Amino acid sequence: MTAAAPALVAPETGRHPILSVRDLVKEFPITSPGIIRRRVGTVHAVSGISFDLFPGETLGLVGESGCGKTTTSRAVLHLQPATSGQVFFEGRDVTKMSKNDLRRMRRNMQIVFQDPYASLNPRITVNEIIAEPLKIHGMWDDSGPKKVADLMRTVGLNPEHGNRFPHEFSGGQRQRIGIARALALRPKVLVLDEPVSALDVSIQAGVINLLEDLQDELGLAYLFVAHDLSVVRHIADRVAVMYLGKIVEVAPTTELFERPQHPYTQALISAIPIPDPRKERERERIILQGDVPSPANPPSGCRFRTRCPKFLTLSEVDSQKCVNEEPPLVNRGQGPQHVAACHYAEVLSVI
Amino acid sequence: MTSDSALTTPARTDSGPGDAGFDETGFDEAVLAVEDLTVDFPTPDGVVQAVRGVSYRLRSGEVLGIVGESGSGKSVTSLAVMGLLPRTARVSGSVRFRGRELIGLSDNQMNAVRGKKIAMIFQDPMTSLNPVYKIGYQLAEAVLAHNDVSREAARKRAVELLELVGIPFPEKRIDQYPHEFSGGMRQRVVIAIAMANDPDVIIADEPTTALDVTVQAQVLEALRAAQLETHAAMVLITHDLGVVAGQADRVLVMYAGKPVEIGPVDSIYYGPQMPYTLGLLGSLPRLDVRSQERLTPIQGAPPSLLNLPPGCPFTPRCPLARPICQTVEPELLQVAPEHRAACHFSAELRGHPDPAELFATTTADTQLPAEFGAAASTDAVPGPGEVHTVGGAIDTGEEELP
Repeated sequence: MTAAAPALVAPETGRHPILSVRDLVKEFPITSPGIIRRRVGTVHAVSGISFDLFPGETLGLVGESGCGKTTTSRAVLHLQPATSGQVFFEGRDVTKMSKNDLRRMRRNMQIVFQDPYASLNPRITVNEIIAEPLKIHGMWDDSGPKKVADLMRTVGLNPEHGNRFPHEFSGGQRQRIGIARALALRPKVLVLDEPVSALDVSIQAGVINLLEDLQDELGLAYLFVAHDLSVVRHIADRVAVMYLGKIVEVAPTTELFERPQHPYTQALISAIPIPDPRKERERERIILQGDVPSPANPPSGCRFRTRCPKFLTLSEVDSQKCVNEEPPLVNRGQGPQHVAACHYAEVLSVI
Repeated sequence: MTSDSALTTPARTDSGPGDAGFDETGFDEAVLAVEDLTVDFPTPDGVVQAVRGVSYRLRSGEVLGIVGESGSGKSVTSLAVMGLLPRTARVSGSVRFRGRELIGLSDNQMNAVRGKKIAMIFQDPMTSLNPVYKIGYQLAEAVLAHNDVSREAARKRAVELLELVGIPFPEKRIDQYPHEFSGGMRQRVVIAIAMANDPDVIIADEPTTALDVTVQAQVLEALRAAQLETHAAMVLITHDLGVVAGQADRVLVMYAGKPVEIGPVDSIYYGPQMPYTLGLLGSLPRLDVRSQERLTPIQGAPPSLLNLPPGCPFTPRCPLARPICQTVEPELLQVAPEHRAACHFSAELRGHPDPAELFATTTADTQLPAEFGAAASTDAVPGPGEVHTVGGAIDTGEEELP
């Protein structure tokens, strides 16, 4: 990753990002068992990533389990302090904020969690759940109950059900409650950590539509973390692909899906089944070999090289570059606003 | 994938009565014939009718995809076929493997069938392997259970099997424990165990749901290899309509414990004749389509299978619903060659490929309050019947809370 980290790809020039992440690193210690827990290793969950989120846009952050996308979403909100790097929210560095400043910042940046069963307190009513952020931030007054009722309606729930408990709602409804809670403080940025992956498809579609409408009406910016590329293609304006703690490719959505440049992105897209039997029969799959290496001991140079189909086709001399030199995430001259971290990036259509 | 003639031929050559599972004709070619299978679970609150009459015939060498949402009874159906349900479950109907009735067999009699003739692959590879035994032992165990061979021979077979499913260095890996394998590798071991005895039927219950997509592709390939190697027929249970599209020859769509549509994969995907199937396809975001069109969710949620009301269970969510739907549950009737659907108004869906025309795209939020507090004063709380514009159609269904 480039150290200076210039603004990555601005969809329109002249706009200032609302959220900028620069060289974000998050490491977790591996400790030895026993009473004296010495540090015996490090899990490199996120290894120096940079991206920008602009007002009103949706940035999809995709990757497979263990690639660091959820850790990134937590570090952005300072729920898990970053090991190093900066997170700028409206120009101010979140990682250096005092507790009070952080609280004020979080009024503008909220999160919706993946599991709607675990993220709502089962012992308080939905009204209380949605009112909680208002109370914490000192915004609760006589109009509070009305605000809560409005929020429930905004997310497509009946306010009359506000005095029920979370267990009385279905998964889709619970996720709506989580969204209402996140909206209570009227934030500018929503971090959505796999918001629909726990839902059945017929329910998932409604929540996706809701998120799109809320964005249009309220001008929210979304950092949309997901592993389902079909959902991301539908909702995101730009997509960043992560592999083993690194961003390997960023591009506007259509560009990324139709002209992916990084071999990992290509394999990822080609692996996703399309609900269309004729197309599905004609598709060529890129089947990756092996598994994701351990983030405690990532490969040198390009982290994807151990599974890279392209790496296998390179000559001995060319492949040395992949082993020794980490490919920077830069524009490879093959598409506008498109950056890829591969020495030998090449467009390959896989849909 | 399905273009392999060896696989598709049996499914295509059958020009007879199709999957009219009730017909006796053509039974001999079906490896597995399930007829009017029902499963009830008595609970303190009443009887949960998890499966309410499933019939299908699995032809030799074909892949039948069973799709449905959580709670639609797709897994319970397969557990009933395998005789793996708890004793409290009340199973009725008939499951015939090559003409032999399996329902009512004792556990001992079932043991001769399970793993040998019909093998099962479970969803979670983390729990379907025993953590305290080496992979090789577990593979050899499956071989030894049905074959009178020496331990060495079983071990040799185990290495072969691991190689078939694409595990590198099988001679070395065979002496490792499950925790030393990644999720995708474990699922491949489970597939290897399933194919150990050259079964005639493999039932795969959500075999890739717990896995990442690139690993899913690897596992599906291993599954394909297993099927080609054993020439087994396969029942592939999944909620992923993409996986079914690529793997299955025929598709069975389940809703509320009953099949609502069954037919060849192309016929189902390009000409669904039951509103639920159409809605399911419309609610999927597509990887291959650029359009920013809105998705079409199906309003409401699947019904509780406890004390299900009469009529079609899809009625509360159905855009075509009429009074008759509330009283008479439609039967699976022929709508196209080999294609049957359970809907009173199937005919209205003929040549109606666009789900958006039928299902509201919902959350048409013209009145979304920009300022929640401010707008509230002008906005009266809607009554239960009245739908606020935001979340419109979803609202109506989801409001019906228990």
